[in-house]
Amino acid sequence: MESLSNRKKVVSNKKMSFVESLYLPAIVGGMWITIKHMFKKHNTLKYPEQQRVFAPVYRGMHVLKRDEQGRENCTACGLCAVACPAEAITMVAAERQKGEENLYREEKYAESYEINMLRCIFCGLCEEACPKEAIFLTDRIVPTNFDRDEFVYGKDRLVEQLDNRIDITVRQNTGKRGEK
Amino acid sequence: MVKVTIDGIEVEVEAGTTVLNAARKIGGDVVPPAMCYYSKLEGSGGKCRTCLVEVAAGSANDPRPMPKLVASCSTPVQDGMVIKNKTSEKVHVNRGAVTEFLLINHPLDCPICDQAGECHLQDLGFEHGASGTRYEEERRTFDPIDIGNKIKLHMNRCILCYRCVMVANQLTDKRVHGVLGRGDHAEISTYISNAIDNDFSGNMIDVCPVGALTDKTFRFKSRVWFLKPMEASRSCTKCAGKAVVWMFGEEIYRVTARKDKYGEVEDNDGKPAWICNDCRFDHKNVSDWNIEGPRKINRHSVISANHYEKANPLENNTKKIK
Repeated sequence: MESLSNRKKVVSNKKMSFVESLYLPAIVGGMWITIKHMFKKHNTLKYPEQQRVFAPVYRGMHVLKRDEQGRENCTACGLCAVACPAEAITMVAAERQKGEENLYREEKYAESYEINMLRCIFCGLCEEACPKEAIFLTDRIVPTNFDRDEFVYGKDRLVEQLDNRIDITVRQNTGKRGEK
Repeated sequence: MVKVTIDGIEVEVEAGTTVLNAARKIGGDVVPPAMCYYSKLEGSGGKCRTCLVEVAAGSANDPRPMPKLVASCSTPVQDGMVIKNKTSEKVHVNRGAVTEFLLINHPLDCPICDQAGECHLQDLGFEHGASGTRYEEERRTFDPIDIGNKIKLHMNRCILCYRCVMVANQLTDKRVHGVLGRGDHAEISTYISNAIDNDFSGNMIDVCPVGALTDKTFRFKSRVWFLKPMEASRSCTKCAGKAVVWMFGEEIYRVTARKDKYGEVEDNDGKPAWICNDCRFDHKNVSDWNIEGPRKINRHSVISANHYEKANPLENNTKKIK
């Protein structure tokens, strides 16, 4: 049948000449290509000593934001979990008690909030679905680990620390969001 | 029998039927939304104005159009009446205005509210609501209060449909809550937070179109779209015992009455199948119930998100229970 892609190569079975049957020119030719690459610019980086600069909208590890007063934005509405195509997000909601107004912004909060980073496909739909501007993907990457359980990130690793706030303003003002 | 035309569809109904019920007989898109009307409660309707429709011809004898939009839940049909609901631009604009009015004091706290996902005002706002608000004054606010030990009242969210008052009047023997104040000051309340301890008081939660009255035993437990609604029954001395149990895995998170597509309690042997507080609040073990199978949910509803019609995690269990 005629090839549709026109990329089909017909293999010939012709007999090799004497020089060809020595294989030496072919080996030298192959080595030449290999050695040439040693002096070319490398495509890889020596991670983690060297790190690439990511685009501000890179979709990496999630963060659960706090507001200016340090209260958690997340109210455990469950929209991120229902939007998640990989079903990576689970949460348990709880009611804010009297005296916890400085910890949680709304009367309901997420008692536990877990993202399974092995399930997550970093599509950003959770960020898109969030009505409270609580969850954002950041330009940090999820570190590797030898233990599968370690990839289930709880609130301890997702909620931003008060003394180490994560700036996502560039992300919010880039692209479509900036047009508003 | 009289003939009426709703959005170009002719239907024959008994004389005295309301326009809304005639539309429900046709079903589908021509049914006006209703926030306060509840067919199972006598005297309900006429308050929220969401069901306003245009009457293009009053009757066969007098085919003049009615000058104003009429509330379809409380207007009886006339022979030869021509009604426009979906097809009327006026109705559409008006419904948007009514929605705006209903949302003036209603907080936009759907992410917190337990009713989200099955809230009629949320549906109405989704279809007719504006993206912004023009209201500049302070919204009226109240602290959530407990009425009885099983029901939470968020007065902020109430749209004053009076359905719960009618439940208390018509289903229970003594009503201890009602609407206090008038006009903008009207609020649902009990005198000195009197406990509501009647066996059927829990039905207020089911009739509430918004999240003003919610189940305290289900408060913030889960979101409705994470739960699987299953039809279940048990033998109960007080009620028919036919309910929907909302399950998460093997656990029952809450129990509600079986509600039809208009959010009204379904009939059982010709009577509305209200459920009693025993069934609703106190029986949350799977062993208490005979689980009949998954409840059919409209596929456009968020409740059916991530659920598959045939997926029934209890298929093996139902045999065990029987």
